[in-house]
Amino acid sequence: MLKKLSVFLGKYKKLLVWIPFLMAVDVICELLIPFLMSKIVDIGIPGQDIRYILRIGILMVGLACVAILLGCINMKLSAVASQGFAANLRRSLFEKIQDFSFSNIDKFSTASLVTRLTNDVNQLQFTALMGMRIFIRAPLMLVCSLVLAISINARLSIILIVAIPILGLAVWLIMRKAEKLFSFMQTRLDALNSSVQGNLVAIRVVKAFVRQVYEKTKFKKSNDELMQAAIHAANTVIFIMPIMLLIINFATISIIWVGGKMVGAGSMGTGELISFLSYIMLILINLMMVSFVFLLAARAKACGQRVLEVLETKNDIYDLTANQETAKQGKIEFCHVDFKYAAGTGDYVLKDISFTANPGEMIALVGGTGTGKTTLVNLIPRLYEATNGQVKIDDRDVRDYTLEALRHSIGMVLQKNVLFSGTIRENLLWGNENATQKQIEKATKVAQAHEFILSFPKGYDTQLEQGGVNLSGGQRQRLCIARALLKEPSILILDDSTSAVDTATELLIRRAFREYFPDTTIIIIAQRISSVREADKILVLDSGQLVGCGTHQQLLENNEVYREINSSQQEGVVA
Amino acid sequence: MSEEKKAPLRTPKGPMGPHAMGIGKPKNTKLVIKRLLGRLKDSRLKLFFVMILMLIGSISMLTGSYFLKPLINNYILPGDFAGLAKGLIILACIYLIGSAAIYLQSRIMVKVAQKTVNSLRKDVFEHMQSLSLRYFDSHTHGELMSRYTNDMDNVQMALEQSLVQLFSSALTFIGVIVMMIVLSPLLFVVTAVIIALMLFLSSTIGKRSRTYFQKQQKEIGNLNGYIEEMVEGLKEVKVFTHEQQANQGFYKINDQFFHAASNANFFAGIIMPIMVNLNNICFALSAVFGGILVIKGSFDIGSLAAFLQYSRQVGHPINQISMQLNNVFAAMAGAERIFELLDEEPEIDEGRVTLVTVVQHGDDSLEIAPAGQHTGHWAWKKGEELIPLRGDVRFHNVTFAYDGINPVLKNVSLFAKPGQKIAFVGSTGAGKTTITNLINRFYDIQEGEITYDGINVREIKKDDLRQSLGMVLQDTHLFTGTVMENIRYGRLDATDEECIEAAHQASADSFISRLPQGYDTVITGDGANLSQGQRQLLAIARSYVADPPVMILDEATSSIDTRTERLIEKGMNALMEDRTVFVIAHRLSTVRNANAILVLENGQIIERGDHADLLEQKGRYWQLYTGQHQLD
Repeated sequence: MLKKLSVFLGKYKKLLVWIPFLMAVDVICELLIPFLMSKIVDIGIPGQDIRYILRIGILMVGLACVAILLGCINMKLSAVASQGFAANLRRSLFEKIQDFSFSNIDKFSTASLVTRLTNDVNQLQFTALMGMRIFIRAPLMLVCSLVLAISINARLSIILIVAIPILGLAVWLIMRKAEKLFSFMQTRLDALNSSVQGNLVAIRVVKAFVRQVYEKTKFKKSNDELMQAAIHAANTVIFIMPIMLLIINFATISIIWVGGKMVGAGSMGTGELISFLSYIMLILINLMMVSFVFLLAARAKACGQRVLEVLETKNDIYDLTANQETAKQGKIEFCHVDFKYAAGTGDYVLKDISFTANPGEMIALVGGTGTGKTTLVNLIPRLYEATNGQVKIDDRDVRDYTLEALRHSIGMVLQKNVLFSGTIRENLLWGNENATQKQIEKATKVAQAHEFILSFPKGYDTQLEQGGVNLSGGQRQRLCIARALLKEPSILILDDSTSAVDTATELLIRRAFREYFPDTTIIIIAQRISSVREADKILVLDSGQLVGCGTHQQLLENNEVYREINSSQQEGVVA
Repeated sequence: MSEEKKAPLRTPKGPMGPHAMGIGKPKNTKLVIKRLLGRLKDSRLKLFFVMILMLIGSISMLTGSYFLKPLINNYILPGDFAGLAKGLIILACIYLIGSAAIYLQSRIMVKVAQKTVNSLRKDVFEHMQSLSLRYFDSHTHGELMSRYTNDMDNVQMALEQSLVQLFSSALTFIGVIVMMIVLSPLLFVVTAVIIALMLFLSSTIGKRSRTYFQKQQKEIGNLNGYIEEMVEGLKEVKVFTHEQQANQGFYKINDQFFHAASNANFFAGIIMPIMVNLNNICFALSAVFGGILVIKGSFDIGSLAAFLQYSRQVGHPINQISMQLNNVFAAMAGAERIFELLDEEPEIDEGRVTLVTVVQHGDDSLEIAPAGQHTGHWAWKKGEELIPLRGDVRFHNVTFAYDGINPVLKNVSLFAKPGQKIAFVGSTGAGKTTITNLINRFYDIQEGEITYDGINVREIKKDDLRQSLGMVLQDTHLFTGTVMENIRYGRLDATDEECIEAAHQASADSFISRLPQGYDTVITGDGANLSQGQRQLLAIARSYVADPPVMILDEATSSIDTRTERLIEKGMNALMEDRTVFVIAHRLSTVRNANAILVLENGQIIERGDHADLLEQKGRYWQLYTGQHQLD
């Protein structure tokens, strides 16, 4: 996995070459200092050689300054390299997600995609940063300190060689246990926060049903459980510091004992003993840092897998041709189309659908909840692909168009009306980047949105907050319709897009369609018979099958399902 | 579909999380500290104990280093090994006590910190439940959630680790300096310059680093906001082939984040090498001058050894202090925001009239039922008086404006006799939903009076008022839990049979039975795994179980096809006996059977009557119903 991820270092790879080199020099500088100090104590002092001491002193200071410089450069390089890595990774992830088809998106869920792009990438970046800083430096320090210690006095170093694995093991074991406890605590925390969020979103329901006490009790329970988990996890980690200190201190004591004897016997200098003690500190601290990095890496592994999962998903709808011709007329044909969501499992959502919509016609789709109407229209712009059969536009299979050309010719207003932050104008321009004000107004007038837009102080330049919350449901729908109309598409699909608009306004919209966009083939999914009565063709769906096709009158006479739907909306005036 | 729940967005945490997370410094540091200390009052004894342990820990560490001097001078150099052994045993004891102190102190702090945060969370949640809807309307969910996530995390980390580290580092630093002075004031003076430089650099770089962290936080907000929007609206992007533009927008923000973050990482990072190496210079100077002093005879090697040990320990505490200071500041800023929330005024409720269960005697007199008994009869308790609950709701000349200035309802008067079905129709924004928000006092009116069974709703306790009203709202909200639990939310003591019966009446039973685990199917994320229509059916079932005397249906069935709606209507009709119902719908077929239809336009009632009456009038209702805009 490391290899796959390291690709994202991109141009920052060169920096990685410098880092180990700079670090090596930095490490050497730092390690020489206790060594040089021992020379002062063992050679300079007994030899009463002040000049020697001064010379060594200057050397030490010089080395320290060099180390500062190198350290700063290193920090810069590692910061840039790790952030660059993250930026590249994020970029690729975002582009990949933009490329996804609807079924790819369904597989992951938007919330999880957002988490992967944000939290997971951040965790990887942090690990990379720490890795670059610690993972190269610490082992290097460790090894060099050990070598130096051995060169000062091999016998004494045996103590170190014994202490190191003990400390390493102890820290590793503790951290591993802590890790499990922490991720358990994390799930509890996420659960608590999710439920708080749910409570926030549904605050009206809580107040309306007067469930405050119930919610508080529920919360208290989760809160207390979280506290238990957190205390449990933290209690494990706090062992680390004391144990580390104990091991270091006992190593120190042993070294003083054995080393002291050696100094007494004359086989080692006092200076050497003192510098030995400095090395212990260095070795054991660096050991701890190495364990930390291992732990980070373990956590990052999970994040890395999640990120790679997205990157390695094959986009299942892509251009199969280079033919960039768009669909100019808007003739739609379904030939024995079957569809089911996940290949191989589940029932067919659509079975053997066949119909034709001629250019300029208005086709209506009716049927109960979940009978497949939205699924059907999603096949037209190839948002999903038919499992069997063919969907043709202008006598060409939809797969015979590039996605851009295909979707360019189709305007779609989805069931959920999503607007983006920005001005009304910016949102409308999604339909056509280069639209003139005149074209914009044509679209908004047809959608009966122009008036209410002008009723805002800033008109078209009114800022929309967070997905259009400062607009009513009906206003949002009309804006979305205008946005789609701005495309001047050959085919317009309206998925229950006038549910929040009253009947009178809806009638105006339809009349305007007929007047200004007479050549556009319109497909409407609607619940109200009044919306579909004037359609050239009405398709009745039931359990994924087409059970009726014809005009309002024809279906009233021949189709029972349609009659049932219609009778539930009986008009007062009998025609 | 993936089962992942949406975890609120956070940056990496845990034992090795990155440094300061929060945004900036608190506005009024002293006040925040005072309040935080106030919350810690119960743990005062424990904190005192912790301080003592900290002292013991620091002293033991310091003493350990000092011990080198007598060890070397008195035992090693003269070769007294028995003495050395004794000395080492004492040293061992000192170290053990130190380690034990550190362990104990951490353990106590963990508990204190967690308990404090636990109680903070509880208080914030409970307080939130009491806030008025206006507060929720004016604050985004993201903002409120960050109190629970980022801000709580920072406070917890500060209490658990940062504060203790801060103090013990300060103690250690002072101790080291003192020991150095004790050992050799002359040497200390030599190194003092460097130490001063270390302090100065640590504070300057620390400040710089904090600025860049704030910048980074801001950019994180931008980045996350953009990503969320584009990924949530992915379908729109595809439909409008907006992919290129979306990518372009991303590159820009990604780049900005990259710059802010690398700077932040850089400044946070360079403190270490600078401090460590300045420390080394300190060490070098001590060695040189110390060595010279020894040669001159005014210093001994044991003292030099001890001094050298100490000079090595100067940098680490400074480092720690700088690091932890960031965390502490962030925590205080977070605590300040949390306290702001706690200071918000709760919903005002001057109502005194309560709802009680009553037993109806043969002579129509009422008596309060003994606790726990369900009679199905209710009454308002006004002082000693018992007024039977019948569901007579009246508006008298009500004027209301959400913002207090632009009235959404103007001089509206209406009455609903018990058991009637009243329908509101009108174009969007005419004021229909507003009326329902006022009946249950989600908002309060500026002019006029609303009465319920003759009592002004202002006099009725809000909770009791709302308990008597059932609502199925425009935006259906469900909770994470099983289908059964969600239905039971309407009445917590409802049995499983009652819930299933309610589902039958709402025509929800058929789709529920077809779910993978039936009634035990878990609903996640506000009902994301159900269709819009199914969610509404569940919401209706929930209200059924509540069995309230007055029901308000706000566009309840607009996303359900008319076929299914007819089935619901059957069940609803049966339930509408002895119940007042307000229905708001766009679908005129929903409204056909109402006793009275009120047509709203621009906040005023322009027509009223039943279906036949209004059609005859050939007014607005007639227009809306027949879809005709003008008289032909």
